[in-house]
Amino acid sequence: MELDNYIEKLLEKYFEANTTVAEEKELGNYFAQKAVAPHLEQYRPMFNYFSVAKKEQFTKQVPLNTRKKINYGWISAAAAVVLAFGIYFGPDQYQAYQDKKEAELAYEETKKALNLLAENFGKGTQKMAYLNEFEVARSKVFNEK
Amino acid sequence: MQQKEFIALVTPFKDKLYRMAKRLLVSREEAEDATQEILLKLWSKNESMGQYKSVEAFAMTMTKNFCLDRLKSKQAGNLKLVHSNYKDETVSVQRQLEAEDSVGWVERIMEELPEQQKMVLQLRDVEDYDYDEIAQMLDMKPTAVRVTLSRARKTVREKLQQKHSYGIG
Repeated sequence: MELDNYIEKLLEKYFEANTTVAEEKELGNYFAQKAVAPHLEQYRPMFNYFSVAKKEQFTKQVPLNTRKKINYGWISAAAAVVLAFGIYFGPDQYQAYQDKKEAELAYEETKKALNLLAENFGKGTQKMAYLNEFEVARSKVFNEK
Repeated sequence: MQQKEFIALVTPFKDKLYRMAKRLLVSREEAEDATQEILLKLWSKNESMGQYKSVEAFAMTMTKNFCLDRLKSKQAGNLKLVHSNYKDETVSVQRQLEAEDSVGWVERIMEELPEQQKMVLQLRDVEDYDYDEIAQMLDMKPTAVRVTLSRARKTVREKLQQKHSYGIG
């Protein structure tokens, strides 16, 4: 009977939300037993349900991917360094490249001009070959005399 | 943080997150999906996790927000919650008890409670958190938690009494 009174008191506090977790455990334990005072029977489903609901478990597997996270901070720092290099040294490199290309072009042009010259010289010597004919004719004339 | 450490950290409370999600979303599949998503979110944040005083409370708040958002978008889409798996669940629950029907009633009664009351009752009477923790998780004042809890408990009692006097409800 004493226990029943105590439980009644606890219940009163319980419904005013003034009980501690420990006191609520006592209530749960009380209602978990078989013999409960008849007038308290009505509260049994509540506490029994709570203790059953505690037992439900999450059984699904969670696929945690372990792949290393890419550290974008470092990548952006590296990109900035490369970019700075490019801006700093880029124009020089470009200038050197342009100079080289110009030199090559000049060389090609000179070569072409010299070739042209050589060709024309060749043509000249070919024409000079006819002079030989003149020589032959002349020797014929003078030698046969 | 390594995967092992993360699992060790999360294991003590992942069931609590799931039960909270199920309390709000009702359907088991949806609660499982929600819990999974929350754990993945937590995993993706694992570098900044040290900042939080209690990862458990933080995860519980995430669960609450996630589920409430879900419910909201559902209402907006005019979709009704399907309680198709509800019966099977309670049968196994009921087996463990003599007072079979009435335990199932409590679950149904809790479903009818407003969300705030549902959450407070879940966190207190099922998960045994203290008032300050609940206040932190739900972003409420501790006094408001008590008021809500008292209201929820009384509603459950009342509806249970009604069912008792009318027989099967």
